[in-house]
Amino acid sequence: MTDLTTLTLASLRDGLAKKEFTAAEATSAYLERAEASGPLNAYVRLTAEKAREQAKASDERIGKGEGRPLEGVPLGIKDLFCTDGIPTNASSKILEGFTPTYESTVSGNLKRDGAVFLGKLNLDEFAMGSSNETSAHGPVINPWRREGQDTKLSPGGSSGGSAAAVAARLCAGATATDTGGSIRQPAALTGTVGIKPTYGRCSRFGIVAFASSLDQAGPIARDVRDAAIMLTSMASYDPKDSTSIDRPVPDYEKALAGGVKGLKIGIPKEYRLDGMPSEIDALWQKGADLLKEQGAEIVEVSLPLTKYALPVYYIVAPAEASSNLARYDGVRYGQRVHDDDINELYAKTRGEGFGAEVKRRLMIGTYVLSAGYYDAYYLRAQRVRKKIADELAAVFEGVDLLLTPSSPSSAFGLGEKSSDPIEMYLNDVFTVTANLAGVPGVSVPAGLDGQGLPLGLQLVAPAFGEEVMLRGAAALEEAIGFDAQPTEWWKS
Amino acid sequence: MSLDEATVRKVAKLARIAMSDEEITPLIGELNGIIDWIEQLQEVDIDGVEAMTSSVDVALPMRADTLTHDETGGGKPGEIVANAPKTEDHFFIVPKVVE
Repeated sequence: MTDLTTLTLASLRDGLAKKEFTAAEATSAYLERAEASGPLNAYVRLTAEKAREQAKASDERIGKGEGRPLEGVPLGIKDLFCTDGIPTNASSKILEGFTPTYESTVSGNLKRDGAVFLGKLNLDEFAMGSSNETSAHGPVINPWRREGQDTKLSPGGSSGGSAAAVAARLCAGATATDTGGSIRQPAALTGTVGIKPTYGRCSRFGIVAFASSLDQAGPIARDVRDAAIMLTSMASYDPKDSTSIDRPVPDYEKALAGGVKGLKIGIPKEYRLDGMPSEIDALWQKGADLLKEQGAEIVEVSLPLTKYALPVYYIVAPAEASSNLARYDGVRYGQRVHDDDINELYAKTRGEGFGAEVKRRLMIGTYVLSAGYYDAYYLRAQRVRKKIADELAAVFEGVDLLLTPSSPSSAFGLGEKSSDPIEMYLNDVFTVTANLAGVPGVSVPAGLDGQGLPLGLQLVAPAFGEEVMLRGAAALEEAIGFDAQPTEWWKS
Repeated sequence: MSLDEATVRKVAKLARIAMSDEEITPLIGELNGIIDWIEQLQEVDIDGVEAMTSSVDVALPMRADTLTHDETGGGKPGEIVANAPKTEDHFFIVPKVVE
């Protein structure tokens, strides 16, 4: 029998529906692989018993002809999504021992459609990081290595566990979240596809909050079709999230076949950064050429405010985080460090429970919101944000999509960027504008660099332009024909 | 703008994060580095620009002002306190705050 973990999510789904194999077999195959993936540190928790029960129930449904859209498909869930009865820790010490009594809407939607959950995936603490090194569980290791070397590389972050698990075939697809690039950057660094949808397309209910005006859930999967299938299930209108948008969810898989003929695709000239590796520039040009060959019109566009997007982000996101994370006070959930004085109890609990990067961001957030600085920093940032969003909207008057690189480098070594916070923050330079403006973006594998590491290209669309964006992504994917796989060094 | 040690300690107090001297010292440099980098926003002309409050142009939805017994409403005191470090009869227990 073929190794079921080599099938794409779409093929697995179709084979299950045709009873070519069972959900129990597929789940066992993935669990076996996941159990033998220790060196990657992608899973923080496998829920094997529950997964086998779910698979059995799926097989019964398929047997009765009652299969649902994702019936029996084994997925991994980023440990930022609350899962009913399964511990959810956001890779933070402060949430040790927390077991939600409810299900996030996104994971609930996937369950409703029949998916099997294999376990919870590692991430940067509270999704704050671009390398997975801030996780209380230790970093995830990228399945990809530089050719001929055994240096441990980062899979990117914050959805590093999701990206590594998909790249190493430890699940058929994974949920992820993106606040400044946390889906698209790790997807780029692991040769996978990641979609950050329009803000409000997926409900935030039950996702541990980081920066509420920027957070958005999306899939990481092996190809564009798989990601589109997952997004169709994940997206919904949800009265439990007041920023969720009441708008019908299209079948994104059906949008893929459209091609790019007649589409106008913009190349923002300000994204050509000084010191960017020439290989990235070359792949970017190649991506544009391939789209042009298929009938798209390529035009240069200008987004002069691009350089201000990251500084805006590093005011807005920490400010919202400092407010959101005020809830971790040692009273209602998670860890508590006791003191007879309530203020000391709060401070000691938070001092013990949060890691260095989370503390750094909470300090920045508290500072920019404090008396005397609110106008100079926070309010100014929100006004610059508006200008950036308006500038992007104006460009979208003239083009259907933007094509950019996904990240400024391929996968980097552990510790290589963690000594300088700003250098780490620059990882999101190409992705963060989409979060500030609330528009969708997708990262597609573009090829390998000279070291044999994957690089990604990003397509960005106007709000609710997912269908045209995925048409572009599917066309790009087909033209590039990326089929490289990491060698399986982690299997002992 | 430069953050001195006293300011960093004050911000830590406002954020309710207990920090040792070993943590405070490197933070002074790191926070100043980040704030200096953010400072470039001062050069953007924002005259007449309103602050962004929502990235998607929709009005907040309204709902009937009724108590519903689902995840958004009441009726689940056991679940509410299920993860608390210390509880009694569905109350959160904290140190005495009023003498």
